[in-house]
Amino acid sequence: MEHATTLDHTEDVYEPSLTPDSLGKLGMWVFLVGDTMSFGALLAAYAAVRAGAGAIGWVPPDEILGINLTAFMTFLLICSSVTMVKALESIQNGNVSRMCLFLGLTIAGGFIFLGLQVYEWYHLITHGLTLTEIPAHGLKSDVISGSNLFGPTFYAITGFHGLHVTGGVIYLIVILIHGLRGRYTAEFNHEVEIVGLYWHFVDLIWIMVFTFIYLL
Amino acid sequence: MAQDGHKDHPKYMNIFWWLLGLTIVEVAVAIPEYSIVLKAILLIGLASAKAALVAIYFMHLKFERKTLAAIVITPFIICVFLVIMLMPDLTLDGRIEGLEKPAADVVDTSSH
Repeated sequence: MEHATTLDHTEDVYEPSLTPDSLGKLGMWVFLVGDTMSFGALLAAYAAVRAGAGAIGWVPPDEILGINLTAFMTFLLICSSVTMVKALESIQNGNVSRMCLFLGLTIAGGFIFLGLQVYEWYHLITHGLTLTEIPAHGLKSDVISGSNLFGPTFYAITGFHGLHVTGGVIYLIVILIHGLRGRYTAEFNHEVEIVGLYWHFVDLIWIMVFTFIYLL
Repeated sequence: MAQDGHKDHPKYMNIFWWLLGLTIVEVAVAIPEYSIVLKAILLIGLASAKAALVAIYFMHLKFERKTLAAIVITPFIICVFLVIMLMPDLTLDGRIEGLEKPAADVVDTSSH
């Protein structure tokens, strides 16, 4: 009973307000903190597997993965982060149509990113990077082919990030629909800010993934 | 209310150019062949700088309460510990030597 009344009370506090520490925002931050640990664990495991394999057991990533394409994908996510902050800025100034435009651009950026990732995976799979094997031909380094953890770590980490982008695009579409229906105003827009937090986090994680998986 | 004051554009385009520039530097640093340790230090430093820019400006951490910053920094500290705790497993000499010998055998058999 006591619990229920506390909940009701919090819902009263959770009025559409522009206080910097609205509960929804705090909730998203707590989720993101947890998600950071998920990615942190994946990347730490990747480092452990790679260091354990030694120089002979691990292909330098640039011999298998295309840096140019993923550098462009990084650029794309940075751009979509900028359009996201622009969308928030627009609605804070009360400009709904501008917010919808920028949200649309952010969604487009997410879609193109996903499309490129599908293309990249398809290309890699057809060239022999699977969950158990690395490409048998075209490698400069003298590494052990056959059983190799390059594929599983690559697909697990980029796949987990890709799922986050997919979720983010769906989340953004929901917010855009709300926006088109006129839900947000200069006074009520913290939901836009919260989706922005999630989207920037996806960008931030990609910066890390790009560095650890592709560049190092 | 205090929020309205700092809402006036923390110069997002400047941050964009910084992120773009750092990405280009990263790729330039990654391509040549040299010490993997030095490369790792440079790349992780650059990536952390980019991540910090995104968190501080795009995610408005700079304009939030300090408590929130403390919450956000926590997992990064824990991640560093995670890596440090994995280190002994990675650098045990016996394990590395044990790996290199059979590896050489495998390369030999596959070549004929």
